[in-house]
Amino acid sequence: MIYFDRVTKIHRDGTPALDGVTLKVEPKEFVSIVGHSGAGKSTLLRMLMAEDRPTEGTVFFEDIDVHAVPRSSLHHYRRKIGMVFQDYRLIPHKTAYENIAFAMEAAGRHQDEIDSDVPHVLALVDLADKAWHFPHQLSGGEQQRVAIGRAIINQPEVIVADEPTGNLDPVNTYEIMDILKKINELVGTTVLITTHNKGVVDSLGKRVVTMERGRIIRDDAQGQYVL
Amino acid sequence: MIGTTLQRIITSGAKNFTRAGAVSFATVLIMTVTLLIVGFLIFLSALLTHTLGLVQDKVDVNAYFVVDASEQSVLSIKKDLEGLPEVESVIYKSRDQALVEFKERHANDQLTLQALEELGENPLGASLAIKAKDPSQYEGIVNYLSGDAMAAISGDIIDRINYYQNKTVIDRLTGAIDTMEKAGLLVVILFAAASVIIALATIRLAIYTARDEISVMRLVGASNMYIRGPFIVAGIMSGMVAAVIALIIFYPATWYAGAALSSWLGGFNLFSYYLSNFALVFGILMGSGILIGALASWLAVRRYLRV
Repeated sequence: MIYFDRVTKIHRDGTPALDGVTLKVEPKEFVSIVGHSGAGKSTLLRMLMAEDRPTEGTVFFEDIDVHAVPRSSLHHYRRKIGMVFQDYRLIPHKTAYENIAFAMEAAGRHQDEIDSDVPHVLALVDLADKAWHFPHQLSGGEQQRVAIGRAIINQPEVIVADEPTGNLDPVNTYEIMDILKKINELVGTTVLITTHNKGVVDSLGKRVVTMERGRIIRDDAQGQYVL
Repeated sequence: MIGTTLQRIITSGAKNFTRAGAVSFATVLIMTVTLLIVGFLIFLSALLTHTLGLVQDKVDVNAYFVVDASEQSVLSIKKDLEGLPEVESVIYKSRDQALVEFKERHANDQLTLQALEELGENPLGASLAIKAKDPSQYEGIVNYLSGDAMAAISGDIIDRINYYQNKTVIDRLTGAIDTMEKAGLLVVILFAAASVIIALATIRLAIYTARDEISVMRLVGASNMYIRGPFIVAGIMSGMVAAVIALIIFYPATWYAGAALSSWLGGFNLFSYYLSNFALVFGILMGSGILIGALASWLAVRRYLRV
């Protein structure tokens, strides 16, 4: 369970990014956070990843107070969460295979596991034939699929995706959302995405949290994109 | 577990190094220049030591004995002097030798030779040429020679000691050598520091291009050491490759410079110095290459690990 407890973030210049946000996400949920640019969607996710500290309030992941984790052991916490970004953020000089394997290596997993799991995940994201391509040799959709492979390889409890389809055309957008949905339904991984793609949200038929100026203004169990 | 991690860090560092291509090349190039400077300083300091040795070698103190001093007592003084710890060598010149040398020196000077002939006997005394291990020790040796203890043993057979005439020259030389050594050390430290800073800046620039990558690694759940390791390995590899290149460059460079400059540098041959001290030069260059590479990478990555 993820629990944001009255989280407020005020930037150094005084502008508020989050204004007393309280949000509870149950295990196995698929939650879309929607809103205009600057509504505070990405800031919320950054709080969860401990990339940024709240000015007030606390963020819990299960029984972990996220911002009480010391920097030196933050990486243990982050391995519980798979992260996907709008701009993919693959390591440019590593192949698709190595990018995915990196997350396992970093987690100290055994070589046997890596050898068996990575091809499996590459097949899952439909990239078995491009395993040895470098990011610059892949299309945007393919890069994002590698990123999803990297996010799920350590079997995280949660996948956090910040505008995962923001840079993609409709066909690739559909494919990416399809993969995320499958992971949520088949594996039971909690998925938390931000988006401003109306088509994506409406087709999902899942919980939608709408944000505006740092506040949650709607929270619908089977929501639509209404802004 | 630790073994696997270490192996992964090394493999990943090696891959980073080879795949970074142009950036690695630039780093190696700068490090090579740095190490060439370090090597050049090694040769310079060797040359300085050699030259100082040559100059010091030319300084000595002569004790001239009275004409009727017996050879035996002169030789016993020689033996005494050789017993002193600060004395490097003592060369005895007999009266006959002194005469022969005097005649040779004035072979073109008929007047002097004639005067010598008319004198009928050898007017020259025996002498001892004394060399100290260090120029600053001459004073002590001279004090010993002209002291009372010596006079008691040998009687008053020492005619004069040319130290006092040479004193100013010797003092000045001692000072000059001292200054040169200090200045040399200062130059070495200055150059070494400057080149290390340049290498540091280059590696920092190379790692700057990887800053996004570092933050991604953090978010994917890699520990700081696991992120930093490969960069340090790559830095060490740059240093090692640079050291090998510098060592290879020095081979023809010293060969050419050795042949061309040997007579100029008072017989100091760079090439033979390089060959005979290869282990030392290798050790210093390799060691500084590895040290600079590792240290620079360590410091450079640290900036980007704050996510």
